[in-house]
Amino acid sequence: MSVSREGSTSAARANGGSGGLGLGKDLTGLESLTGAQIEAILDTAEPFKEISERRIKKVPVLRGKTIVNLFFEPSTRTRISFEFAEKRLSADTVYIGASGSSVQKGESLVDTARNLEAMRIDMVVIRHGSSGAAAFLADRIPSNVVNAGDGQHEHPTQGLLDLLTIRDRFGSLVGRRVCIVGDILHSRVARSNIWGLLACGAEVAVCGPKTLIPLGIEELGVTVLSRVEEAIEWADVLYVLRLQLERMSAGFIPSLREYNRVFGVSRARLERAPREVVVLHPGPMNRGVEIDSDVADGPWSLILPQVTNGVAVRMAVLYLLAGGSPELAEAAKEGA
Amino acid sequence: MSRPFLLTGGRLVDPSQELDGPGDVLVRDGRIEACGDGITGPEEAEVVDVGGLVVAPGFIDVHVHLREPGGEHKETIESGARAAAAGGFTTVWTMPNTDPPIDDPAAVGYVRAAGEKAEGARVFPIGAASCGLAGERMTEVGQLVAAGAVAVSDDGCPIWDADLLRRLLEYTQTFGIPVLQHAEDTALSRRGVMNEGKVATALGLRGCPNVAEAAMVARDCYVAELTGGHLHVCHVSTREAVEQIRRAKDRGARVTAEVTPHHLALTEEAVRGYRTEAKMNPPLRTEEDREAVTQALVDGTIDVIATDHAPHHYEEKEREFDDAPFGVVGLETALGVAMRELVEPGRLTLSGLVDRLSCAAARTMGLESGTLRPGSPADIVVFDPEERWMVEPSSFLSRGRNTPFSGVEMIGRVRHTWVGGRLRYRLAREGQARSGALAAARSEPMKGEVFSR
Repeated sequence: MSVSREGSTSAARANGGSGGLGLGKDLTGLESLTGAQIEAILDTAEPFKEISERRIKKVPVLRGKTIVNLFFEPSTRTRISFEFAEKRLSADTVYIGASGSSVQKGESLVDTARNLEAMRIDMVVIRHGSSGAAAFLADRIPSNVVNAGDGQHEHPTQGLLDLLTIRDRFGSLVGRRVCIVGDILHSRVARSNIWGLLACGAEVAVCGPKTLIPLGIEELGVTVLSRVEEAIEWADVLYVLRLQLERMSAGFIPSLREYNRVFGVSRARLERAPREVVVLHPGPMNRGVEIDSDVADGPWSLILPQVTNGVAVRMAVLYLLAGGSPELAEAAKEGA
Repeated sequence: MSRPFLLTGGRLVDPSQELDGPGDVLVRDGRIEACGDGITGPEEAEVVDVGGLVVAPGFIDVHVHLREPGGEHKETIESGARAAAAGGFTTVWTMPNTDPPIDDPAAVGYVRAAGEKAEGARVFPIGAASCGLAGERMTEVGQLVAAGAVAVSDDGCPIWDADLLRRLLEYTQTFGIPVLQHAEDTALSRRGVMNEGKVATALGLRGCPNVAEAAMVARDCYVAELTGGHLHVCHVSTREAVEQIRRAKDRGARVTAEVTPHHLALTEEAVRGYRTEAKMNPPLRTEEDREAVTQALVDGTIDVIATDHAPHHYEEKEREFDDAPFGVVGLETALGVAMRELVEPGRLTLSGLVDRLSCAAARTMGLESGTLRPGSPADIVVFDPEERWMVEPSSFLSRGRNTPFSGVEMIGRVRHTWVGGRLRYRLAREGQARSGALAAARSEPMKGEVFSR
């Protein structure tokens, strides 16, 4: 029998929520957050940035907390980024991957969740191939749940680190024009960015082959641009998505070469931009497919600052869900 | 011989005789002996007072999954037949996609025999249209019919080979049975798990477009027109499919169609929150589609309501949305949902509703029941058209609890169901005396003869 929804609400109360921000127990997506909440998370990330610049990169903010990193799908960047964030906040962490765990033996997600809970943990960071898996888990355990990517639904900490990177560069998100280029259909990163950017007052467009633009995307509040040249002319920020190589075999595009010719973000195309454009990418990149090396390594690129911001944003999220308040972040990290 | 009985004081609603008014029904030896105003039974007849209640021909559902053999943890023929009776159904047609599938005469005979033992609604097997539901070779349709099959279908697996469908629609004419088609172009539906559109896009779930249904229905209607065979389109969910069916009927094709209560009541919005109890195939669509199928049922383009009752064990639904099986139960909520969506807002009269739940199926499929006419089998439902009640899945007689209507208020409640003159269901109530609280209602199956001495 399922743990009732009432149960999870009371669990949220017991776990304190997030210091007046009203985030609730979990972070499963950005769709439900307001612009003010998102800005407050980004503000909270600011003081945490500095920790990673120290010689001794460790503060006692989450000392005594147990965090499980439950990765049903392989991940390098997101997993390492979460681990650094957790360790730099002094949490105790374990990593569980799908292969070699009970999952491979056919255990259901709900049973995995109950067993973890029985070991008295505080937080779960979950990456899963099915949309809705993070919310499914969050509804069934009293621990805080952070979605590290669920199917094609959301990847909220990626969205937050992208927003922070854009805000760092332009000072504000309000009125910024961001065009997400590539495989929107299968992208959880696109969805989190769309919700987060719109909530913070940015304008959002998407661009890609129509086979990879989901039906009804305009109803989310975005514009659809059909050519990458139009996107470059329109945008302040180009958010280039990774093209999963298996999309070609599934028939969504005829070939990688053609994709690069028609939708690839190249130096030649960017040099024709009417204003300064910056380029983001969630990684890992397929150089020469969706993005050319000239661009990835050139003056347009904010790709490495995104990675740096990832750790700070994840520290902020963990701190807030553990009950920290944005105003006290500076003091908390000094162990006050 | 059982004692005759007289239902008295009720409102007779029987569109097959254009009846809607006060009247009585006398039942003897499993058949209706008399029906109308001012009937007096013989002295020995048991008198059953059904004052204030509707007396109607028992409901007929031409599309249910009772899971036996092979899926007994989800439902058995016995539990399903009783759930049907609890929903006012006196006849159900069971789909053959069991494990093993019902594709040979012995399997048909097994379902028949289990149905006869079940003490619920009458259970009639639908035979598989192709061997192993593989869509390649036609089953021995004649022998399936001889063993008791009432139709053929590969439900769950669309018959994708148009030439096989053509041959089926030709061959079945010898036996006068319909071919029931789950219309879905699986290439277009791309393993979608819900309706394609803004909700699927927001949830990041694979979407199945309307055209996956409509394109198949269009093709099937042309094949039906070519052959003159009887094509029955299962669970119509899209406005485009409605247009195709309407056009085929206008052109004189022998096409009939059904719609489920959930497609009449819900839209894709019900999936938000990754609610697996709103996952079924075809998926819940948009408001425009919901309106179109409702209108089609009202104007007769869609002939009947069928539940596509698809029970699953709770742990199968208690999982990631992508991995949860398709399907919802429907037998015990069909009347309540239909009253709420059709009669309460004035889309159908009570008589119109009884037609879509009973008489129309009898008429289009050539059944003896679906009427209170004297001489007919005494398949009778008695229901309270006013009673409002909350759906509580744990009180279902079905083994399946997978309903999207849990906690939803229904209008209209089944009080008695007789099948062939035997009482197969009676709503039992308890707790009326307890602390003056509202009566807690409990469903209870009844065995054996009506009011046996």
